[in-house]
Amino acid sequence: MSTAAAAVEAKNVSKIFGAGVGEVRALDNVSVTIRQNEFFTLLGPSGCGKTTLLRLIAGFEMPTEGSILLEGEEVAHLPPFKRPVNTVFQNYALFPHMSVAENIGFGLEMLGKPKTEVQQTVDAMLRLVRMEELKHRKTSQISGGQQQRVALARALAPRPKVLLLDEPLSALDYKLRKDMQLELKRMQHETGITFIFVTHDQEEALTMSDRIAVMSQGNILQIGSPDEIYERPADRFVADFIGETNFIEAEVIERIGEDGRIRLPSGVAVSHKLASNAGVGSRVTLAIRPERIDLVRADGETHLKGKVDNIVYFGTDTTFHVGLDSGQSVTVRVQNRRGHQEILQVGDVVGLTIAPEAMQILRD
Amino acid sequence: MAKATFSVRRQTGFATIALVCFVMLYAPILTLMIYSFNDGTSVAIWEGFSWRWYERAAANEQVQESALLSLKIASIAAVLATIFATMAALATTRTRPYRGLTAIFAAINTPLMVPEIVTAVALLIFFASIKVATGYTGIAYLVAAHTAFCIPFAYLPIRARLESMDATLEIAAADLYATPWRAFRRVTFPLLWPGIVAGLMLAFVISLDDVVITEFVKSAGQDTLPTYMLGQLRRIVTPEMNAISTVFLGISVMVVALFFFMTRKKN
Ligand SMILES: Nc1ncnc2c1ncn2[C@@H]1O[C@H](COP(=O)(O)OP(=O)(O)OP(=O)(O)O)[C@@H](O)[C@H]1O
Ligand SMILES: [Mg+2]
Repeated sequence: MSTAAAAVEAKNVSKIFGAGVGEVRALDNVSVTIRQNEFFTLLGPSGCGKTTLLRLIAGFEMPTEGSILLEGEEVAHLPPFKRPVNTVFQNYALFPHMSVAENIGFGLEMLGKPKTEVQQTVDAMLRLVRMEELKHRKTSQISGGQQQRVALARALAPRPKVLLLDEPLSALDYKLRKDMQLELKRMQHETGITFIFVTHDQEEALTMSDRIAVMSQGNILQIGSPDEIYERPADRFVADFIGETNFIEAEVIERIGEDGRIRLPSGVAVSHKLASNAGVGSRVTLAIRPERIDLVRADGETHLKGKVDNIVYFGTDTTFHVGLDSGQSVTVRVQNRRGHQEILQVGDVVGLTIAPEAMQILRD
Repeated sequence: MAKATFSVRRQTGFATIALVCFVMLYAPILTLMIYSFNDGTSVAIWEGFSWRWYERAAANEQVQESALLSLKIASIAAVLATIFATMAALATTRTRPYRGLTAIFAAINTPLMVPEIVTAVALLIFFASIKVATGYTGIAYLVAAHTAFCIPFAYLPIRARLESMDATLEIAAADLYATPWRAFRRVTFPLLWPGIVAGLMLAFVISLDDVVITEFVKSAGQDTLPTYMLGQLRRIVTPEMNAISTVFLGISVMVVALFFFMTRKKN
């Protein structure tokens, strides 16, 4: 067994449902490499192809084009019951005619493991998900959160190489979801299994993942660690989907090699690293997070200038909506330290300063 | 107290109509049952209580033979029909939609709508030619005919059960290393079982009850209980018929009750 091989690899995978006018391209030439022991998240809006990618990995569907590799080996010929991959289904899909313990032991039993081993593993799993007392209950007689943990235990029990989790927390209330997020992380840590986690909740993705793939309309737009995705979104969709972002148009006025200068709408020029295709005179879009903008006096040195249109108090921080001279509105978030927010009032003219590294130039 | 929702029970005349319906349904049956205990030979004039017609029916060899044949045919036909219906239900719900699926679905269910007499005549002619060709005159014709018309009845509850069943359960079984056959054995079949039992019971009762098709298809001397009764009624009516009918009714009710308790315990 080669330890170097990636846990899962999708190579130029496309999946088309239907034919003719009713054709749906659920995945469009997707390539992704998921490492061993990684907590990898697929993040994207409804219908972007997250479930489809999981189903291809699990073997419930076959790719129209491209190939799926598990630990370096092509698995096209393997039906789902021969793949060392287990799924936690969005609706749990627990077997209603079996007890909690029978559900958890099902996979091991199908693998032909001896009875004593099945029982030992089931007990260990019950401890792991803290469900020992409910061992003999029917799955229809336990709560949603408990069902979710049984589904998790059932998928973990056969010790798969990869665990696929399709929005497993979406049915839970806020408090339980927070608890389960921590528990999932703990279990991934304790078992060392590669987790591929699907969600459309960006906060969940940011807090739990080692790496995130942001998807839209059958494409993967960016793959990176949570802070990479958040701090350096590759394009407008990613920047917009993850957290709040201001988009500001700027013009390239100078460039020498990678270094260049761009002019902000206010006329102020700043130095910035440029991509190779941004020539002098071309327009670029900057993504700037609201918390990376500072409010300063308008008569000092500023990048942008505007008038405070609106102030919203959020407890830990305050959001200012500042209308620029160009008409655009910029959102600025300031942490509430004592005495800060009293200074400014609606209608005041303020200056905005932005650290150059907080101005992320988006790819077109 | 005023209720916001429409309640048919509060409409004027509802109670009366309901009562009339129940009386129409059960009064004749009740009368039939009562006169089965009549001491006299009339089915209309009460002459005191006795078990004599039950004793007589039980001792009647023709009744014994036809009842046995009825049970034999109903058992075999119900089991065969249920097996076919189960396969048909799986083939029409557990596959991706394919061309002709609607046509197949219709083909399975139209026998419910074809007038029984038409089926009976068709079978008579069809089997007659086979009889001529082979010389075989056994009960296989009746079993085949009963199996055929029982399939749609067995199919309905099985299909209903399959459709209400979450298909991801089978996918989950496959995900947990169950081969298709083991997924069927361990997940689909146990969950489908109440539907299969319902189909079996329904097919059994329908077969037991059949007159028209049996009358047309049977060879000489192959009377089932209903066709025997029909033959007797043409001649003379005694409370013996009432007694047989009452026992018959008892068996049907028992089958249905058995089914009811079996499925209720499951859930
Ligand atoms: N069996 C199918 N037949 C036809 N189209 C399908 C099928 N499965 C998925 N699709 C389509 O493929 C696209 C991607 O679906 P998918 O289920 O992967 O989305 P998703 O990202 O999981 O969305 P959600 O967050 O809502 O679960 C959608 O447009 C969907 O309508
Ligand atoms: Mg989905």
